[in-house]
Amino acid sequence: MERIEIGGISLSAWIGGDGPPLLFLHGGDYVLQNRACLDRLAQRFRVVAPRHPGFGSSPCPAWFRTVHDIAYLYLDLIERLALDRPLVVGSSFGGWVALEMAVRDPGRIGRLVLLDALGVKFGGREERDFADIYALPAAEVLRRTFADPAAAPDYGKLTDGELEDIARDRQATALYGWKPYMHDPALGHWLHRGKMPALVLWGDADGIVAPAHGERLAAALPDARFATIAGAGHYPQIEQPQAVADAIEGFAQENRP
Amino acid sequence: MSGNGMQANGMQVWHFSEMAYHPAWPHLDETYRVTIPSRLFDPKVGADLYHRYLDEWALCDELGINIMTNEHHATATCADSVCTIPMAILARETKTVRLLALGMPIGNRNDPIRVAEEYSIIDVISRGRVEMGFVKGVPFEISPANTNPADLMERFWEAHDLILKAMTSHDGPFNWEGTHFQYRSVNVWPRPYQQPHPPVWMPVGSEGSAREAAERNITIGVLNTGWVRTPAIFDAYRKKAAEAGLEPRRDKLAYMALIGVGETREEGWRRADQILGYSRTSGIVSPQFANPPGYVSPAINAQMLKSGGAMAARATRVQTKDGRPINPRTMTVEEAIDAGLVFAGTPDDVWDQLKAFYGHVGGFGHLLMMGQGGTISHDDTVANLTLFSKEVLPRLAELG
Repeated sequence: MERIEIGGISLSAWIGGDGPPLLFLHGGDYVLQNRACLDRLAQRFRVVAPRHPGFGSSPCPAWFRTVHDIAYLYLDLIERLALDRPLVVGSSFGGWVALEMAVRDPGRIGRLVLLDALGVKFGGREERDFADIYALPAAEVLRRTFADPAAAPDYGKLTDGELEDIARDRQATALYGWKPYMHDPALGHWLHRGKMPALVLWGDADGIVAPAHGERLAAALPDARFATIAGAGHYPQIEQPQAVADAIEGFAQENRP
Repeated sequence: MSGNGMQANGMQVWHFSEMAYHPAWPHLDETYRVTIPSRLFDPKVGADLYHRYLDEWALCDELGINIMTNEHHATATCADSVCTIPMAILARETKTVRLLALGMPIGNRNDPIRVAEEYSIIDVISRGRVEMGFVKGVPFEISPANTNPADLMERFWEAHDLILKAMTSHDGPFNWEGTHFQYRSVNVWPRPYQQPHPPVWMPVGSEGSAREAAERNITIGVLNTGWVRTPAIFDAYRKKAAEAGLEPRRDKLAYMALIGVGETREEGWRRADQILGYSRTSGIVSPQFANPPGYVSPAINAQMLKSGGAMAARATRVQTKDGRPINPRTMTVEEAIDAGLVFAGTPDDVWDQLKAFYGHVGGFGHLLMMGQGGTISHDDTVANLTLFSKEVLPRLAELG
C-alpha cells in the first residue's frame, strides 16, 4: 500500500498499472476483496484506489461529516495527481462519492462507472430504497450482499490490523451514511450536471439496492446506459471481477459523440 | 449533594425500577426490544402497572429511600420511555427524598435545551431534589433514536456542556453553534432550584469512561459489573479524580444491586429470584442491534469479529467471584449473589453481603437498589422495601 498526501490527510492507497487514469472508489465494506478486479483493470489503466478518509488506516479530519467532504477531497486529488479526465469507478458507497464529484465538477471526470451505487433516493418517505443493513440479521445482510455468500472473508483468518481496518470501514460508513440513510436528499436534483458518459452496472442478484434502482439512476443521468452482471450481488466486481473489468474496458473504448 | 436529613447516613439508598411491562414477556422469545409490536402492550394493564410502580416509589418517601428512574425505548423490559415523566409526578407526590434519573440519553436526544428545561422545572417543583443523570445508553437504544453511533460520545459531551451552560447562564440568551447543536438564543426558563445546578451523574461500564467522569467531577453509577469488574472501575475513578486535584469522595461512587430481603432467607431469595427477571431479560435483543458501528472502539470490534460478535462478548460479562462466566438468561439467585449482582436473604444476610462487597471495591456512597424488577408483585415489593428500610438502612451509617 502507498500513501497519498492530500489536504493534510495521509490516505492509504493502492496504486498500480499503466495506461489512462482510473480512480476507483470502494464501498463501505469488503475493501480488500476489490483487489482481484483492480489487478485486471491495472493491465489497461493506471489505477488509483484510495481508502476513504476515516476508513481503514486513512485518518479522517474531525470536521469531515458528509460525503461532500470526500468528494471535494478527491476532486483535489485528481488535480494533485494530474489525472487527466480520469475514468471514475465507484462501488456502492464509493458510487455515491463519485456522483457527488460528477455533479460538482463534471469537466474533471472523463467517464463514470457506477457499480450498485448508493446516494440517490427515488422512493417516498415510507419506502426504503436501500436495505437497512443495520437492522437486518447478519445472515440476511450477507444473503442480500452476495449471490454466493462464500465470497465473504473468513474473519478468523485475518490479522488484528486487517480486522481493525474493517471495523473502521464500518464505523466511517455509519458516520457518513447513517442519516439520511445512505443518500443525499438533494443529489437527485443535480444529476443533470453529470453530463459525462456513464455506465451503470448492477449485480443482477443485488438485495441491498435492487437492479430496478440502477435502471432508474441511469435514466436520470444525462448520458448513461444500464447493464447487469450475472451471478453477482451488491459487489459485482468482487464476485465477477473479470466480467466487470471487461465491461469497464469496453465502455472506456466506446466511441461516443 | 445538597443537604437533607439522610446525609447523616454513610450511604444513600435509591430504589430503582424499570417499570417493566412484564405481561408481554410470555409472548417474546428472540428479542425483548426494538422490533416488538406495541399491540403486545395493553394500555389498561399498562395503566395499572404505571400506577403501581409510582405507588412503590411514593412509598419510598416514608421509608427514607431515594428514587431512581431511567429510560429505554421500544421495549417490554422498561415501559418508562421518558425518565422525567415519573420523576415529575413524584416531584409533587414526595416531599423529602431525592429524585435521580439515570438517566437521560443526551447523545440520543435531538434537543439538549429541552433536557435542560425538563430537569430545571422538576428541580424547581421538587424544591431542589433533582439529581440529573446523563447516559450514553445501551447499544440497542440507537435504532429507536436513529442517532449516529459513529459520533455518539462526541455528541454526548457537546450536549452535556450545552445543558450545563444553559442551566447556569442567567443573564439572557447566549450563542451556541457547535458541531451537533446550533442555537442562536439559548435562554432556559426556569433556572434550576439548586445552584449552580443539580448534581450530575453518569453510568459507566469501563475504566475509560470512569476516568472521563472523574476529571469532570461527575458521580458514577456502576450497573451490572459485579464482584469482578467493579473494583477496577472504582479504582480508575479514584485515581483520575486525585490526579485532577479533586477529592475522591465516596459519594461520587454508586453501585447498583438487585436486592431481595425477607423475614426468612427463603423469602428473601424468592423475592430476589423474581427481581432477577430484569437481568434475565434485559440483554435479550436481536444481535444486529447489539453493536452498531462505532459504539465501541475499532480494537474491541476487531476482537468481536474474530470471536463471534457482540452477543458472545455480552454473554461473558457476568462472572462469579472466581471468574466463571454466568449465563445471564438463566442465572440463579445463588450465582447472582456470588457474582455480586444480588444481595439477598434475611436482613443479616443482605447486610453481610453488602458489607463484604463494600470492602472488596474500596467503598462507595450510593447503593442503587433494584427493589422492584421482573415479575415481583406489588405486595412483595412493598414488603421488600419496608423491611430493607427498617432492618438494613439503619446499619449503613456504620460503613466508613
